[in-house]
Amino acid sequence: MTEPLLSLTGVTKAYPGVVANDKVSLVIQPGEVHALLGENGAGKSTLVKMIYGLVKPDSGDIRLNGAPFKPAEPRQARADGIAMVFQHFSLFDALSVAENIALGMENPPKMRDLAKRIRSVSETYGLPLDPARTVGDLSAGERQRVEIIRCLLQEPKLLIMDEPTSVLTPQEVEILFETLRKLRSEGTSILYISHKLEEIRALCDASTILRLGKNVGSCIPAETSARDMAELMVGSALKTPERRTRDFGPEALRVHNLSAAAPAEFGTALKNIQFSLRKGEILGIGGVAGNGQDELLAVLSGEMTTDPNSVQLDGAPIGDLGPTKRRALAVLSAPEERLGHAAAPDMSLTENAMLTGAVRENLAAGGFLKWSAARGFAERVIKEFDVRTPGTENTARSLSGGNLQKFVIGREVLQRPEILVVNQPTWGVDAAAAAAIRQALLDLAAEGTAILCISQDLDELMEISDAFAALNEGRLSAPRPTAGLDVEEIGLMMGGSHGMDVAHV
Amino acid sequence: MIRLEKRQQPSRAWSLATPLVAVMATMVMGGLLFAALGKPPIEAIRTIFWEPLFGEFSFYYRPQLLIKGAPLVLIAIGLSLGFKAGIWNIGAEGQYIIGALSGAGVGLAFYPLEAWYVFPLMVLVGALGGWLWAMIPAVLKTKFDTNEILVSLMLVYVAEQLLASMSLGLLKNPQGYGFPGSRNLQQYDSAHNAELIAGTGLHLGVVAALIAVIFAYILLNRHMLGFHIRLTGQAPRAARFAGVNPTRLVLFCLGMSGALAGLAGLFEVSGPAGVVSIDFNVGYGFTAIIVAFLGRLHPVGILLAGALMALTYIGGDIAQSKLGLPSAAIQVFQGMLLFFLLAFDLLTNFRIRFGTPETA
Repeated sequence: MTEPLLSLTGVTKAYPGVVANDKVSLVIQPGEVHALLGENGAGKSTLVKMIYGLVKPDSGDIRLNGAPFKPAEPRQARADGIAMVFQHFSLFDALSVAENIALGMENPPKMRDLAKRIRSVSETYGLPLDPARTVGDLSAGERQRVEIIRCLLQEPKLLIMDEPTSVLTPQEVEILFETLRKLRSEGTSILYISHKLEEIRALCDASTILRLGKNVGSCIPAETSARDMAELMVGSALKTPERRTRDFGPEALRVHNLSAAAPAEFGTALKNIQFSLRKGEILGIGGVAGNGQDELLAVLSGEMTTDPNSVQLDGAPIGDLGPTKRRALAVLSAPEERLGHAAAPDMSLTENAMLTGAVRENLAAGGFLKWSAARGFAERVIKEFDVRTPGTENTARSLSGGNLQKFVIGREVLQRPEILVVNQPTWGVDAAAAAAIRQALLDLAAEGTAILCISQDLDELMEISDAFAALNEGRLSAPRPTAGLDVEEIGLMMGGSHGMDVAHV
Repeated sequence: MIRLEKRQQPSRAWSLATPLVAVMATMVMGGLLFAALGKPPIEAIRTIFWEPLFGEFSFYYRPQLLIKGAPLVLIAIGLSLGFKAGIWNIGAEGQYIIGALSGAGVGLAFYPLEAWYVFPLMVLVGALGGWLWAMIPAVLKTKFDTNEILVSLMLVYVAEQLLASMSLGLLKNPQGYGFPGSRNLQQYDSAHNAELIAGTGLHLGVVAALIAVIFAYILLNRHMLGFHIRLTGQAPRAARFAGVNPTRLVLFCLGMSGALAGLAGLFEVSGPAGVVSIDFNVGYGFTAIIVAFLGRLHPVGILLAGALMALTYIGGDIAQSKLGLPSAAIQVFQGMLLFFLLAFDLLTNFRIRFGTPETA
């Protein structure tokens, strides 16, 4: 057996109150795509931050090519051949691709030489990218390419990728995988962090699974079923959401010729959106982030108002009503951004229960707030949705992402909505919590609620929705029944080839 | 190495202890400052904090505390509502002047009629004047998205010009032998904001300030509007999601702070000051900004901060005359208090760790 590229043995890192990594071991061979699997909070981020020099381990041994490796800062890790593509890009919108890449370099070469190198790397690895373009004009997939090329210019021995496919269309994922396979064939190792088990099965050679900061196993992904891997991650048998066949009622929500200007400079304008939603139906809306998802939620929640007739509830115009009036009509929503949009980070859960619950749960009388009633409502959400928190007086930001998401979704579900609009309901949420949230949505639909589920997780949409449509540059494709749709068609809908689905039918 | 670590929950203990620790630290550092100036440090600190309350002439200084503290608290309460929502009214000084001018104008228009309704009318018009002056930045902000900080601040200087013009022209005392300044409202019973109990300094403005404190406390803790104000300040997007109408909130917060500043001006001009004169305003509107933050935008905190501020002003004056401390040293001392408060405030949200540095 060859000497491993990187090995971690018994690495421990504790933060006040929590051991993020407890004697974790990880071995990456040269030229291997290694998956790091685990639920949110399992310690994946801490582990890669230690490899990348952002965090120092308390104890344990890290070796690179057999020699002890203790990077004090990312610069040192980079010098030793470790590169990382973060989930959230750090790019300047106003600068060009080449300028952005130059900013991250120790000794940037002349702009002309750099552009040449960017071109040659992008051609070699099948990542088409024009160095002169302004980053603000690029799609999410193209931005990711900037980050990847930035890393590749360092000719790394180990490339760390944190959830790279969350912003890509299926076609773009395929392109990325081709690039990664090519890198592997050249001897570069890749540490690949993801939730998406099918992707890992398609791409990775080996995997390490973490749970609650500890190693719980390793497997060869291609030889293990996604379900088995998921159960290793969660530590118990997974419940697949049950989907009962249901009959749809009459039309509840109709969105007709809805157009809205972009609310902010980098927002997306909605163009002529049409769809209708029947009672008990779940319409899934896919699409790459930034194509109008936030805006679509805003016009349905009432945060953005439009022509009254653009949005109709049971035939009555509601497009010009604000959020409070829509809540009174049982049109509820849960935005994507948990902290700062769906919930106020520094407010308690009681106060956050008041935030959307005041109208329908009678938490206020004559403008005066009934805090004990709000506390009771928050307690109910916590209990029924299994939100892990010491109590209702804890701030929203003290909850983990998954727990806060359960709170945010539960808060709306318990208010008996007629229409529920959710955006990314399980984003960054662990598998068990995601399954619980999806089950809650399905149960709600079974009781007759019409649900609009906006998500970038195609597997999720296929799992729960009855019909599927895709948002692309503010336009919505015609909804089609989910049954019988294949990934290819979905990808085309997301890529904006509206004419294509006619050709396919 | 010392480093800061963000707390999961803001510390309640520290948020209460911060003002006390800040005052202590100011005393120590201020003492060193006074010592460096060659003045007896303990004596100076004692003069500032003790003399006005329990000293030989406290019978004179104690009422002064109420007289100086009341307008500060009244204005600061109004400002704190806006500040909590991220709406920055910096022009309370102008609203204070306009409130005084319009209220006093009504009183003077009735002179020499003695009737019960003159003073209530003055109070009403005083509040209205401040409200209208604050509506200018509010409407400009909501209609044209102008910056309320700049507009409200610039309107202070407009108000000062208006004050000068009024005290030299329209409101000038016709029997004043040509001197600038209006008739003395203290000598016009129907318009006089007299002390409720003689010799205590307790006038209606003090009562109004206390009512404002209670009102603000209830508004912020028990009412939807107050909840929306807090929500807007902490998470503007969540506030929109909750159904807050930002336009209405801007109009309410600026209008409310304008009206309270106007009231403060009216109570001052009809009581302790008595006369509309060129230098009638003494910066309460600006000092109230400090008071609002010193009281950490909490109604009860503002009440205490207003009292503390009034104390250091009066104590500072005494120290100047008694110990010959330069007025700049007193200002540095007051500045220190603010800096220490802001510095220690960090501990509410962060804890200090000693040990090796590391990035998380």
